[in-house]
Amino acid sequence: MIRLAWRQFRSEAIIGVAALIVVAVVLAITGPHLMSVYRMAPDQVTSTYHTLQVAVVALLVIVPAIIGIFFGAPLVARELETGTFRLVWTQSVTRLRWLTIKLAVVGFSSALLAGGFSLIAAWWANPINIVNQNRFSSATFGILGIVPFGYALFAVTLGATVGLIFRRTLPAMATTLVGYVATRYAVTYWVRPHFQAPLRMSARLSTASGFSFINTPTGLSMTASPPPIPNAWPLSASIVDKAGHTPTSSYLQHACPALTTGPGAGRVAGGPHTTPVIQGSMQTCIANVSAKFHEVVSYQPANRYWPFQIYETALFVVLALALAGLSMWCVRRRVT
Amino acid sequence: MTAAIETAGLIKRYGRRIALSDCTLSIPAGKVVGLVGPNGAGKTTLLHLAIGLIAPSAGGITVLGRSPAERPDQLGRVGFVAQNTPLYAGMSVVDHLHFGAWINPRWDQTLAEQRIGQLGLNPRQKAGTLSGGQRAQLALTLAIAKRPELLILDEPVASLDPLARREFLQGLMAIVADHGVSVVLSSHLVADLERVCDYLVVLVASRVQVAGEIEELLAIHHRLSGPRRDSFRPPADWEVIEQSDVERQSTLVVRHKGPVLDPAWMVEELNLEELVLSYMGRAVGNGSTSLKLAGVQR
Repeated sequence: MIRLAWRQFRSEAIIGVAALIVVAVVLAITGPHLMSVYRMAPDQVTSTYHTLQVAVVALLVIVPAIIGIFFGAPLVARELETGTFRLVWTQSVTRLRWLTIKLAVVGFSSALLAGGFSLIAAWWANPINIVNQNRFSSATFGILGIVPFGYALFAVTLGATVGLIFRRTLPAMATTLVGYVATRYAVTYWVRPHFQAPLRMSARLSTASGFSFINTPTGLSMTASPPPIPNAWPLSASIVDKAGHTPTSSYLQHACPALTTGPGAGRVAGGPHTTPVIQGSMQTCIANVSAKFHEVVSYQPANRYWPFQIYETALFVVLALALAGLSMWCVRRRVT
Repeated sequence: MTAAIETAGLIKRYGRRIALSDCTLSIPAGKVVGLVGPNGAGKTTLLHLAIGLIAPSAGGITVLGRSPAERPDQLGRVGFVAQNTPLYAGMSVVDHLHFGAWINPRWDQTLAEQRIGQLGLNPRQKAGTLSGGQRAQLALTLAIAKRPELLILDEPVASLDPLARREFLQGLMAIVADHGVSVVLSSHLVADLERVCDYLVVLVASRVQVAGEIEELLAIHHRLSGPRRDSFRPPADWEVIEQSDVERQSTLVVRHKGPVLDPAWMVEELNLEELVLSYMGRAVGNGSTSLKLAGVQR
């Protein structure tokens, strides 16, 4: 049965490995040069292969989704669609065992494939990651480390289960894509921040950047970006006084008259391209506000990166197992 | 001897549709059994229940004395060729033999290769490009090379041209002669079954109408014709299957063991097709419920 599962996965596996080899060759050619750029001029590392870097990030983001759509969704749906389930389920193997082995073979191969892409990319992007110090950020966390293994396993079982329920390949593919993206989004923004209670840190306003004023129905408020913390994951930042209150609308108008009234009011200010006049009034404003207010940042520290990788991988493996259980229940009870 | 298929009060419902109702049947082993009935009579449902592809809604079924498809060895004892002979279009003939070998512990590779050779199939040809007859033959090869005790074939020749049909049935007869396997084979055409079967089950409107050895069935059914008698009451040991009265003449199909002695009747033998048609006619004429059920398609 294992040989059968391999035989039926062969063409998909060949395409997957071929793609992996192409990517590996491209990255192996450019990787050493990127490393030498890093050694001589670290500040040019992010601009040298910018297009390639964007492409690699995009590739790593979509690899598990593609695996779910093209390896997972047709796994059972195509058999149901073409009627071959009547052939294979009447051989000397129970359909439960058939599904278990198919899921295991395709699931683990897919996890290895996704992990392979990720490992090669991690090697290539190492200089960039050293310079950027953002491996914990929402965008980078999901494409490096061990999480791609979990994502691929989840994507395959999601595709297979949806295919088993829908009994048709194309709708199963579409639903797999939507389900995968929705799950990744939900975990990234609503689950991952809570794996452990975030740490809080106070910072003086003079270290902060990216100030802006926002007009809300209740009045004017002021926000700032968190200060850079190497390889940490900042979750939120707010400007508060000692009692924890945010600056009031009237206080801001009083402290920063040039920015909060008149033609430039409410616009984002403080970036590198603002005019000297605005920059000057910005400095006055920050000096005024920082007399009473400071910035409070909540964040996940850098040393939680690997624990979080393990938690998130475990979460997706558990989701994959739950889906596998559901599909096994379906294949025994529901189908035909 | 254990029955090939034995059912008691077997019912299969799909939602509110009834695909098979209250089917009680004992099909002996060691026979070539024809399961005949119009489209939608429940033939496929009965066969799928027997191979364990679907589970009954109520009632019981045993195949070769055991529950169908509960365990891998039971799956191995029954060979099955589904309607339209599904195969993997992208896999070659030889790939399909590997498929059979990898998934069936009792697989007989020599037998499979022999049959492929005899059929003149190109082992490298993809199943998707085979003709209907070749597909059916390959599916039959897969089913027989797993060395089953019972072979179940669902409308195996329905989509074949007459020549391919004859070749398929000849191949089937050779298999029966060589391996002594029991066969249950469904068709909506009596002519196909007449050539190969020695036992017949007529299924109409999701109910079994008649079942028995073909020779015996032919011996006990008669067509009687004679002058019309309006107040005719058949003897107690006659079962009238069909009766048609025209102006001056009555024609009956009766089931009756022994000779018809009344000289007023002219007695004719029935052929199998006529026999089946009278039972089908009776089932459909039985009232509106039966008609409705006959329309239920699975």
